[in-house]
Amino acid sequence: MPKMNLSHFEASLLFALFTSVVLGVITKKTDRERIRHAVQTFAYFVLAIFGLSWLMYLGHG
Amino acid sequence: MAENTNSSASVGNWAPAVLLAWLIPGGGHFLLKRRERGVFLMISVALMFLLGLMMRGALFTPERGDLLTTVIYYGGFVGDVLSGVPYFLAVAFGYSQPDQAGHVHDYGTKFLVAAGLLNLLAIVDAFEIATGKKD
Repeated sequence: MPKMNLSHFEASLLFALFTSVVLGVITKKTDRERIRHAVQTFAYFVLAIFGLSWLMYLGHG
Repeated sequence: MAENTNSSASVGNWAPAVLLAWLIPGGGHFLLKRRERGVFLMISVALMFLLGLMMRGALFTPERGDLLTTVIYYGGFVGDVLSGVPYFLAVAFGYSQPDQAGHVHDYGTKFLVAAGLLNLLAIVDAFEIATGKKD
């Protein structure tokens, strides 16, 4: 099996993507709501990734 | 106390779906005729587990120690096992990766556990569908 090398950002995005899809699929009632929820969750993940990344960068000095 | 007389809540109705949902990610949804949702769950959990393996993440084994060690290793083991067949296949084919330093390995370990935890959500969803609590 090939070894995969990902950056923090790429790995975080993939994590966010799969988690968002699952949360979207299991939490809402209609397909439209599911897609909306998945996209919204993914957007929040990305926002958190950027926010925490900047926080760590600035906090590191 | 009121007795639950709802026939859909009997073990025979939800147990096959829950068991299949655990063993094959998305399988419970297939059994319950929610194929599209089953496909999304299957792809997400399977890809997450596969990426975890490709990043050479470590699979947890139950280990006792201080409280934190016990919680992490037992919790991680349960998380890994919740992936179902992908976990058993990985173990059967001899996948064994030591827990080592490096962010890629670390992400891999988290991906392997997270795949199981996402499958747990799918299992609960299959249970709720099978018992008629949701559509």
